[in-house]
Amino acid sequence: MELMPQTPQGAPTRSRLRRLVVALALPIAGISLSGCTLPGFGAHQADTTTGQSAYRLWQGFSVVAAIIGAFVLALIVYAVVAYRRKGDTIPKQTQYHVPLEIVYTVIPILIVIALFVATIVTENKVLAMPKTDVAINVNAFQWGWGFTYEHQNAVAIGNTTDSPVMVMPVDTDVRIILTATDVVHGFYVRDFNFSRFALPGVKNQFTLHATKTGTFFGQCTQLCGLYHSIMYYKVKVVTQPEYQTWLSSFNTPEGKVAADTAKQVLKEQMSAHVPVKTQFSRGAY
Amino acid sequence: MTTTIDRITIDSHDHGDDHDGGRGHDEVHVHDHAEHHGPSGILNWLTTTDHKIIGLSYTVTSVIMLIIGGALAEVIRGQLANPNGHLVTLAQYNELFTMHGSIMIYLFAGPFAFGALANIIVPIQIGAPDMAFPRLNALSYWLYLTGAITMLLGFFVTGGAANFGWVGYAPLSDAIYSPGAGADLWIGGLMLTGFSAIFTGVNICATVFYLRAPGMTLFRMPIFTWNLLVVSILILLAFPVLTAGLIMLYADRHLGTHIFTVVGGGSPVLWQHIFWFWGHPEVYILALPFFGMVTEIIPVFSRKPVFGYKGMIFATLTIAALSLGVWAHHMFTTGVVLLPFFSIMSLLIAVPTGIKIFNWIGSMWRGQIWFSAAMLFSIGFVITFLIGGLTGVYLASPPLDFFTHDTYFIVAHFHSVVMALVIGGMAGLYFWGPKITGYMLNERIGKAQFWLLFIGTQVFTIPQYILGLQGMPRRMAVYPNDPQWQNLNTLSSVGAILIGISTVVFVLNIVASWKKHPAGDNPWDAHTLEWFTTSPPPHHNFFRLPKIRSERPTWDHNHPDAKALAHGKDAH
Amino acid sequence: MRIEAKILISLGLFFGLMCAVYWTWSLENAGGVMMLFGMGLCLLPGSYYYWWSRRMGPRAEDDPNATQESGAGYIDAFPGSSIFPFILGMGAFFVVMAMVFGSWMLIPGLALVIWAALGGIAEGRRGGAR
Repeated sequence: MELMPQTPQGAPTRSRLRRLVVALALPIAGISLSGCTLPGFGAHQADTTTGQSAYRLWQGFSVVAAIIGAFVLALIVYAVVAYRRKGDTIPKQTQYHVPLEIVYTVIPILIVIALFVATIVTENKVLAMPKTDVAINVNAFQWGWGFTYEHQNAVAIGNTTDSPVMVMPVDTDVRIILTATDVVHGFYVRDFNFSRFALPGVKNQFTLHATKTGTFFGQCTQLCGLYHSIMYYKVKVVTQPEYQTWLSSFNTPEGKVAADTAKQVLKEQMSAHVPVKTQFSRGAY
Repeated sequence: MTTTIDRITIDSHDHGDDHDGGRGHDEVHVHDHAEHHGPSGILNWLTTTDHKIIGLSYTVTSVIMLIIGGALAEVIRGQLANPNGHLVTLAQYNELFTMHGSIMIYLFAGPFAFGALANIIVPIQIGAPDMAFPRLNALSYWLYLTGAITMLLGFFVTGGAANFGWVGYAPLSDAIYSPGAGADLWIGGLMLTGFSAIFTGVNICATVFYLRAPGMTLFRMPIFTWNLLVVSILILLAFPVLTAGLIMLYADRHLGTHIFTVVGGGSPVLWQHIFWFWGHPEVYILALPFFGMVTEIIPVFSRKPVFGYKGMIFATLTIAALSLGVWAHHMFTTGVVLLPFFSIMSLLIAVPTGIKIFNWIGSMWRGQIWFSAAMLFSIGFVITFLIGGLTGVYLASPPLDFFTHDTYFIVAHFHSVVMALVIGGMAGLYFWGPKITGYMLNERIGKAQFWLLFIGTQVFTIPQYILGLQGMPRRMAVYPNDPQWQNLNTLSSVGAILIGISTVVFVLNIVASWKKHPAGDNPWDAHTLEWFTTSPPPHHNFFRLPKIRSERPTWDHNHPDAKALAHGKDAH
Repeated sequence: MRIEAKILISLGLFFGLMCAVYWTWSLENAGGVMMLFGMGLCLLPGSYYYWWSRRMGPRAEDDPNATQESGAGYIDAFPGSSIFPFILGMGAFFVVMAMVFGSWMLIPGLALVIWAALGGIAEGRRGGAR
């Protein structure tokens, strides 16, 4: 009695296996890292460099998911159609097939490793923190946002009736320092393919490098109470000259007064809940 | 108060005339030396320790919870059919989704997974007379019922029910931002249901370790029982962590501690670590029993043994082992967790899940598939879980999670997965319903229910994937006035209505089939030990036990010429 | 009992490995502590079962060739019906309600819990003797 299956119907040989792995790994790596034109699979080709890296990773993952999903679904549909009951004979009572089971254990592990490598490469890009002069402190509170600019007088604050606008320059690394003063909030701009929690007591830092000008819509994405649904804000990306003009508008007498008033309002929002310890998150570990 | 104690013995002599046509199989009689009959009527229910009645109570209660949670979902979808809906206020909406999620996860899915069918089926699948600790089993049910009542009482107190999401993130859930009894009732209800689960975990573990029938070695147990054994270990590992976290939250709210608040030196993120350390094993605690159900059903209706029995067990153990190390993939956007560790562990969990899917396909392969209602629901489960599982792989990658977290993409992902569990649960009810009640459910109505539920699930979830990628966050009572968003939301609401109709059809089936067609011992020609006894099983489960030589004792007894083989071997 | 012991000990050792990698890499204490205790929770019963498995005789349910005769005899006494789980459940309910609505509810709550505890022990003693 033959114990090893003779037919190759389910038992690829070693070299076939190796070829299969290479065949899988190359397109995944290639797609994620190259940016060849593929459908977006629903995601948005973002307006920041980091968002675009994430978009390409999305495409890579989607190709893998589509292939695996289509393959498994085809197997199910085939089985359901081809093996419909055609009588009362009891079919062959096959209970296991060790080489096949090893194949569909090892191949997914290899796919997972490839996905992980692509993830790490993209993650390092998304979480990179280059040195920059433009740094904006973003404070989330119930139920609005306050933006203060490091080393500048500029400030923007608003709430549910009057969404604040965060102005930032295009083609520049902008460091965002994000925190909250009461409950957990979420800073999310769909067009940047990015979100991060605003945690009380923690200053989260990340970098945004916008690639085109425009006004982008932002929302709070972590449930923060009654008006969570309408805690909107906007991000307005402008050219460098426009940005400088906007900044210097806060240095005029009227601008200074407006800025001080806004900072006072923000301080009142934050004063009830002054963080005792403030820890900077490491961003990428 | 009268109490009965039943002493169970197994005869040492083989009784030759066992109505088996003289096949001479080794059966013995099990004797139940009850002292006297127990009380009747409502007192019978209040004092029962019979795992079958307790399991049936769990089933009925959890299905009622499913209906209540589903009703809340229909209101949510009604509100979201318009961008600026006025069906409910902003405050009511926060209560709605909090209680919908809480009821569905804490009060339906968990108890149904490990309290309902597990209680009824595990002892009879291994040939035990009852659970190892019958009174503890009954206590688990009463703690579940009182916990459910406690949580639902929130709707009737000033301030309303809990409204901070089913996850209750601090500081939103502390006394400053969520004063009111509704939050405390939520915490209290969870403590009661948490202990209910822990005691059930102890019971299942002890039953499987100590009360198996002779010859029922661990590697001959059905996969359903195996999965529940692993689920019990996971319950014991995870639920105490949740209970501890709840005690801490209560202490922050009422006892003056500062565990989760920055003022006073605490850490809000600590709540998330504690919650999700429970929360991730919890989703496998929910999923594994349904995986087990489907693993029993597919082979029966393919007329073959389960494919890759040992691989299934290995996959279940791997899922359990890894599940304790992935919790912070729910916290990728906090910025304070070790991203690569959780990413690789989460990606790896896809592998054993894939093994299971391939084994289900392998069980159907070259079979003689009979499309009963239970089989349709099982296949629907596999397809729906495939979709939900694949979208989960995206979420294991932090850069991709950054822009999908807290959007409708996540909502669609977990609804794909839990609706798959509901579909699997229906498979379990149609399959084991005859065994438990002694009567068949109507198959044609069941198939109609299946199509409504399956199609409804896809129509409900697929628009939500698109909505999430287009930037619609979750937990929003209103959304920006975009016609495409409104169309997708409306389409999703249509899917929800189909799911609601399928639930009505299910209830109608129960009514229409009530005591109509007696089932007999083994209407499906099924494989495992519970199909050897009567429907419903007698008090203490078995009059006779067959010889157990494989994981399919009933099949071997009924089809001695069709034993399981390895691939490549011929039947002899 | 050896396989049961092996399963639990293997799980425990795996959690220990995960804990060591995680804690040294992340320096994050909550997860590290929780995984450490997870390891402990598996090793505790696992080592107990292992200790026992070397001392107990073979059981019928571990013998693949067992016949029903080998499992013959008294299995256990199963409490057929008991009011005490319900009473204990009601007691726990009132104790939890006390957390929400005021400590006066502890009076009925603890009274029911103590009644159930005493009653349950007496019931077990009466019926469990062989």
